[in-house]
Amino acid sequence: MTISTMSYAEAACLALREAMKADPTVIALGEDLGRGGVFGQYRGLREEFGPDRIIDTPISEANIMGSAVGMALAGIRPVVEMRVIDFALCAMDEIVNQAAKNRYMFGGQGRVPLVARMPIGIWSASAAQHSQSLEAWFAHMPGLVVVAPATPADNYGLLKSSMASGDPVIYMEHKELWGLQGEVDTAIEVPIGKGKKLAQGNDLTIVTWSRGVGVCQQALADGAFGKLKPDLIDLRSIWPWDKEMVFESAARTGRLLVVHEAIQVAGFGAEVAAATAEATACKVKRLGAPRIPVGYAQILENESRLSVEKVATAANSLFKA
Amino acid sequence: MNTQKLADLYRSMFRIREFENAAEIASQGGVAAWGLAASAKPALVRGPLHLSTGQEAVAAGVCHALTKEDMLTSTHRGHGHTLAKGADATKMMCELFGRATGYNKGKGGSMHIADFSVGMLGANGVVAAGIPIATGAAHALKIQKKPYLVACFFGDGATNRGPFLEGLNWAQVYGLPVLFICEDNRISATTPTKTMSAGEGAFARAQSFGIPAVQVDGNDVMAVHEAATKMTAEIRTQGGPRFIHAVTYRFKGHVSVDPGTYRDPKEVEAAIKNDPLIATRNKLIAAGLPLSQVEAIEAEAQKEIATALAVAEAAPWPVVTDAYEDIMNTSAGVWV
Repeated sequence: MTISTMSYAEAACLALREAMKADPTVIALGEDLGRGGVFGQYRGLREEFGPDRIIDTPISEANIMGSAVGMALAGIRPVVEMRVIDFALCAMDEIVNQAAKNRYMFGGQGRVPLVARMPIGIWSASAAQHSQSLEAWFAHMPGLVVVAPATPADNYGLLKSSMASGDPVIYMEHKELWGLQGEVDTAIEVPIGKGKKLAQGNDLTIVTWSRGVGVCQQALADGAFGKLKPDLIDLRSIWPWDKEMVFESAARTGRLLVVHEAIQVAGFGAEVAAATAEATACKVKRLGAPRIPVGYAQILENESRLSVEKVATAANSLFKA
Repeated sequence: MNTQKLADLYRSMFRIREFENAAEIASQGGVAAWGLAASAKPALVRGPLHLSTGQEAVAAGVCHALTKEDMLTSTHRGHGHTLAKGADATKMMCELFGRATGYNKGKGGSMHIADFSVGMLGANGVVAAGIPIATGAAHALKIQKKPYLVACFFGDGATNRGPFLEGLNWAQVYGLPVLFICEDNRISATTPTKTMSAGEGAFARAQSFGIPAVQVDGNDVMAVHEAATKMTAEIRTQGGPRFIHAVTYRFKGHVSVDPGTYRDPKEVEAAIKNDPLIATRNKLIAAGLPLSQVEAIEAEAQKEIATALAVAEAAPWPVVTDAYEDIMNTSAGVWV
């Protein structure tokens, strides 16, 4: 057991390093991995494991993902880097029609144990093609696991669980979290499908994930909810999601707010809200981005960002008649 | 000419033709496509059936140059490749019929037949989608230092898709053991490929990546086989990808219920007149194989396919709970 403080990026790097040490069939492939990955999340791995296991690839998203499917079928456990989720759209056939469906379509003959890392989120004035959060797209697809860690500890633990799951996993790190520091205890396992309770309260349930976690925690620290005491849940896994934790909480509080950076319309918050209302008859409210592309100028970008104020307003709205 | 080799290739081709013909008959009344009325009696093969009738020489010629350990990716028109790689005709027919005893337990049908036990990693319903998968399987072989290769079949239509470019580049950049086979039947679904393609076609595109390529008469099984034998030997000894551009012709429509009226009937007539199966048979007889032995080969294949049909028709259907199996480890049992 080791406990140390590290960044969200370093935590993922550590998880991959340990997995590659333990299992010679684990490899990683993607653009610019040799120099440590575009966000430094592969730093040092090329030097340690060589170019045959940390594979620099052409800018060929379809072939990166498609070849990972072929590798997986032939006994390799690839970790695939898509650079940003927006570029993973160039590999949608390979993810949705190939990786996700292979096992079922071929009657269980094959397995596709791969982890596809595709960083999400608004970051550094990157505008409409480098800022999206598309978890709902993948949550819709049978055959895929969808994960979105919010802390260094969860990035370490969930990446390890994802690599061990034996399924194709859509692994969504948030680009604005790379530098986030936190304690990582390598002895703690983070199972897929389990949420984390970050605050206890009986007035309302707030469910969020990824970058939304920090915003909701800030709102709590700022006293933005006034006298209201929320149960705050970091969902961590989008599919499967922790219905048990959310339903228990919402049944107790009678009010649910789902907060995510992704566009609200048909976002995964809609699924969480609908399923929870069906199960508990609670009152629901969603907070996501308006259905607009992410703009470049700060004033435009802010329209798509979460904020403490937006979270507080949404929470309060659950108490209006 | 090696008579025994030619006899093996003829057996393989005849077996494919018998399978395709049987499946075609079993599919009549199935898909209500191309304006055809659905039959009152449901067809034994319900789904779209992309027949490789007329293209058998490519499948047989290439696959007989492979070992059992070599792998294969195929297309929506993949019955021939699968049979020639050594798959069982009965389990294939069961799959076409949607039965639980099919290769895919009735979950895939004609477009998705796979037999991992003979290295056949799957037919694919998406044009060119097998190409990246083949490069990945070959990449795995390289990482694992295994001495096998991957044969990657695709049609001429696939050469206009991005994964074709990405996959050829990838295989050449990493020096992967892939034998690419462009099975050029000259038509992309229902449109002549030539009218939709710039430049000189598949062969020229392969050469532009620096991949050693050959162009062969895809209706001459011996020519295909010799090219495949030479190129697989080169891959095994020198590494790197190789490319075969085999020009052939699709006797049938895009799917079995498509009468293919968009083609010049004279063109189809001429192709059928030069049927590669009959040409191979004639060569075999000319090479000295007694007619009785030729007929014995044919009778054996006819018996095999008749058995496949009978077994498939009597085979059990999947049960409802099968719909929920073979999906994923994580969250198995959680469907809503």
